[in-house]
Amino acid sequence: MNKNFKKTCNYILLSVLAFFFLFPILFMLMSSFKNSEFQVIKDMSSFWAFLPRGDMGIQNYLDVFRQMPFFRFLFNSTLIVTVLVCCGLFINSMMAYALARLEFRFKWVILSIIIALIIVPFEAVAIPLLLMVNHLGWVDSYHVQIIPFIADALSIFLFYQFFIGLSKDLERAAIVDGAGPFRIYWSIVLPLSKPVFATVAILQFLTRWADFLWPLMVTRGESYRPLPVAMQQFYTQEPKVWGDIMAFAALITIPVLVLFLIFQKWFVRSVASTGVKGGE
Amino acid sequence: MKRILDKLTPALFLSPALILFIVFLIIPFCMAIGLSFTDQRLVPNLFVPTEWVGLRNYIRLFGDEVFYRSVLNCFIFVVVVVPLQTSFALFLAVMINQKLKGVKVFRTIYFTPVVVSMAVVCVVWAFLYHPHQGLINEMIHFLSLGLLGPYDWLHSKDMALFAIIILSIWQGVGFQMIVYLAGLQEISADVYKAAEIDGANRFHKFFYITLPLLKNTHIFLALTTTILAFKLFTQVWIMQGPAGYPEGSTMTMMVHTVSQGFRHGKIGYASAITVVFFLIVLAVSLIQRRLITRNSN
Repeated sequence: MNKNFKKTCNYILLSVLAFFFLFPILFMLMSSFKNSEFQVIKDMSSFWAFLPRGDMGIQNYLDVFRQMPFFRFLFNSTLIVTVLVCCGLFINSMMAYALARLEFRFKWVILSIIIALIIVPFEAVAIPLLLMVNHLGWVDSYHVQIIPFIADALSIFLFYQFFIGLSKDLERAAIVDGAGPFRIYWSIVLPLSKPVFATVAILQFLTRWADFLWPLMVTRGESYRPLPVAMQQFYTQEPKVWGDIMAFAALITIPVLVLFLIFQKWFVRSVASTGVKGGE
Repeated sequence: MKRILDKLTPALFLSPALILFIVFLIIPFCMAIGLSFTDQRLVPNLFVPTEWVGLRNYIRLFGDEVFYRSVLNCFIFVVVVVPLQTSFALFLAVMINQKLKGVKVFRTIYFTPVVVSMAVVCVVWAFLYHPHQGLINEMIHFLSLGLLGPYDWLHSKDMALFAIIILSIWQGVGFQMIVYLAGLQEISADVYKAAEIDGANRFHKFFYITLPLLKNTHIFLALTTTILAFKLFTQVWIMQGPAGYPEGSTMTMMVHTVSQGFRHGKIGYASAITVVFFLIVLAVSLIQRRLITRNSN
């Protein structure tokens, strides 16, 4: 009896918390499917906001597509994040491999600099970087949103931690067979390191997909604008049509939500690994 | 020949990342320091060349009320968010670390806001915070039996920062929860069993075993959350705009920097704010690290 009571209380508490974390998302999705703006406003202050009522459909989504080149923004964000993450995986893992395995002078100096760079916020260099890309004529392009973020100290650190923990036996065998460092990195270390690659890819994807400050400063027109900046522009238009705004918000969120639900084990694992390793 | 190649290999592995760091992080960082002593503008004026102005930017900074306001707001944000968010995260982690059926579903739900971009979170919460018929006002009205509300969350100078704090915690806490969960699962069950034999109850176990054994996780999360909190920008820019409306009550150091450097083109002045911002973040992280490590020894 007592045990059952405790269990019930636990589930009630867990569910209340679940409601706290889900209600804005449910609210967004439900409002976005209400065709009439009048219905959205009428339902927004009661429990009806979470339930289908009135004329349900995709009118708001069609409105968004009519008003804005949404697929252009989606393409921009996808392209920028994909290129960024792929280049980052390659370049950062190479540096980490050299730090973990190769012998050279000043190794400890470089490693300590990398660790120190983890806490330097990008925000501290945003303004001079803006001046720099302005001089270079990079403003309003894809590369201005990609190149400055490829090298990433946290990614290097996560790779380094993983490579240090790998057994050296296979690599020793390969050296005996006459393989060079690049061959070893490419055909032995890479296949063994899928977990850490997934971790770094997911963490970078999440941060870059949500990037707002930098693209706000370096994109002018619509051609290179990524989704978060487009979201802000759409939101600040007057008069506000909440149904359309919620549809726009849902359009940005749904792809990531689907990815998250499919790969949730990997998402959770990658976040978990930042702390345990980082805290040592 | 092969010798030389061997010596070159590390350089080949290191150089791509190193060059990018130097060009896009280290040089701009040094530039920030240099520029803060000039009157550099974003779009150079051919008739008025950029000049060294010595400490003028810093002297102006210390007479700039908006700057004081922004530093104060950042500190308020950090002092409220860091303890609240990390202890809430620990609470959630303990909740989902229980052996209960379906607990993984709750883990997924609590983590979901982390994958929602901050720009989207701001827009959705702006709707929830609506001054007249917003859902949050109605909930508070209902729960307080009609005594409290309605509040104009985003446009009242007492509430605006608080409103941003709530949505920031909502979005970010899942991340820390997972980090704490990983920490909790590292603690061996034997330690708890031994304590039970000695007659420890749930609270003893939490305060004398769980908390101290999570030391590394506390340090890591306190540091990263603090840095993240000092950078507060997106929420304010989207919901309150560049002025930190109303009456600068949500002005932050980053909003001030971007507003001066990007909108008004005053690169020199914005660089001075950046340098002070960096020094504050650095000092706070060092002090924090010192305090936490000393307290737990």
